[in-house]
Amino acid sequence: MEKLIYDFSFGLFFWQLLLFVALVFLLKKFAWKPILNAVDERESSIKESLKAAERARKELKELQSDNQKILNEARAERERIVKEANDMKNKIVGDANEAAKAESAKHIENARLQIESEKQNAIAQIKTQVAELSVEIAEKLLRKELESQNKQQELIDDLLKEAKL
Amino acid sequence: MQFKTSKLFLFLFVFVAPFFASAQHDADTAHAEAEPSIKEKIKKDIEHHLQDSHDFHLFTDNATGTHYGFPLPVILWDDGLHVFMSSKFHHGEDVVESKGNYYKVYHSKVYKTDESGVLTFDEHHHPTNAMPLDFSITKNVFSIMAIMLIIILIFSRTAKSYKTSLVPSGMAKFVEPIIVFVRDEIAIPNIGEKDYKRFMSFLLTIFFFIWIVNLFGLTPLGINVTNSISVTFALALITFLITQFTARKDYWKHIFWMPGVPVFMKIVLAPIELLGVFIKPFALLIRLYANITAGHVVLMSIIGMMFVFKSWIGSPLSFGLAFGLSLLELLVAALQAYIFTMLSALYFGSAVAEHHDEH
Repeated sequence: MEKLIYDFSFGLFFWQLLLFVALVFLLKKFAWKPILNAVDERESSIKESLKAAERARKELKELQSDNQKILNEARAERERIVKEANDMKNKIVGDANEAAKAESAKHIENARLQIESEKQNAIAQIKTQVAELSVEIAEKLLRKELESQNKQQELIDDLLKEAKL
Repeated sequence: MQFKTSKLFLFLFVFVAPFFASAQHDADTAHAEAEPSIKEKIKKDIEHHLQDSHDFHLFTDNATGTHYGFPLPVILWDDGLHVFMSSKFHHGEDVVESKGNYYKVYHSKVYKTDESGVLTFDEHHHPTNAMPLDFSITKNVFSIMAIMLIIILIFSRTAKSYKTSLVPSGMAKFVEPIIVFVRDEIAIPNIGEKDYKRFMSFLLTIFFFIWIVNLFGLTPLGINVTNSISVTFALALITFLITQFTARKDYWKHIFWMPGVPVFMKIVLAPIELLGVFIKPFALLIRLYANITAGHVVLMSIIGMMFVFKSWIGSPLSFGLAFGLSLLELLVAALQAYIFTMLSALYFGSAVAEHHDEH
């Protein structure tokens, strides 16, 4: 302790105190203030940027979920439309089938009726022709039969016989 | 262009001067055999190194007895201002006359003597002569000024680099992490987010000042600023004053009327707490002084060993040890700056703390 007091130099103490206080104020003005301000400014700008990035990411995420929702809705809509179209198609095809069936049945019925009438016609014609033919044959037979006198007599006799009134 | 010259000066100052300074050891070796007690001589050299001096002494050529270095102004206050160059003392050999008073330098202190320069000693071998108030630009004051100039140069340039862009460039790349470290690891945890800004200028200045001064102490220039008690006393005094003048009501309340303890304890604690107010900065100044002084003494002793053990094993051993210790001292230089700053911040923190909870 005694050595410390002996070593103590007031002059050096005085200069150190004076110079150091001057140094603190000089550095405060020319170094620490601008440096710390710059560091603070940068740090706050980094913080701001990070926050902005976080916000942007959140927005993007929301946007993505929105997109997903829209996409899902669109998909459901598409499915619905396709299903409707399918149903309609099936119905149309079914209707068409039925109509075609009915039409063809009508056609067949018509054809049958026509065939029937044609057949009746043909049968009637054949009947007429058969009657004419048989009349002609009977005429030719009669002519041949009744060529001679006796045969005519015979016939008259027969007829008279039959007509026994 | 002006900057370039200052850069050149710095280069010369830092890199070339040590070679001149290291010549001192060569001079010692040359005279090792001529001097009978080399140990005494080494002891004297170390003592001389630990003391301040009135001229910037780099080395001495023992063969011719010439001292290399440069004189510094001596400023004395003794019923009037006395200013002269230290070269007039002729390294303590001559008595200097100034305005009718006679002065002699003994162990780096200026004493008032008569015309023939007679000094009377007490039983501790301390001169009993009257001492004028000595405001000389001594070696330490000169070193402090030079180092402060370098510090201002470094940090004003750093500050300027932020004007163009917020991204650190050049010097700022190296300095900024340290500044941020002081802010985030020392100031904010100890003082608190609310109050730390007021103390930043002091904390940063004291951190870089002690660190850089300690680093210069490791160069062979022989600068030893932080191992003079006057310097550490001045620094600790500033910490002490800032602590007392920024203190809030709670700080004083915790000293004189400790809340939460019985009245009897309050009375007992008050003087202890009050003593603590002074002991804290005192420990601060002794710690820095003792650490740096011890480092210098051990380092110089190890280098001195080279001249004591004049065998093939002595020099490599001494070199190896000195090299290892120098690395350690590099760490100590930063560590002491950190501790001083840290404890200062802690004291400021306790001064501005607002206790909401009574303990």
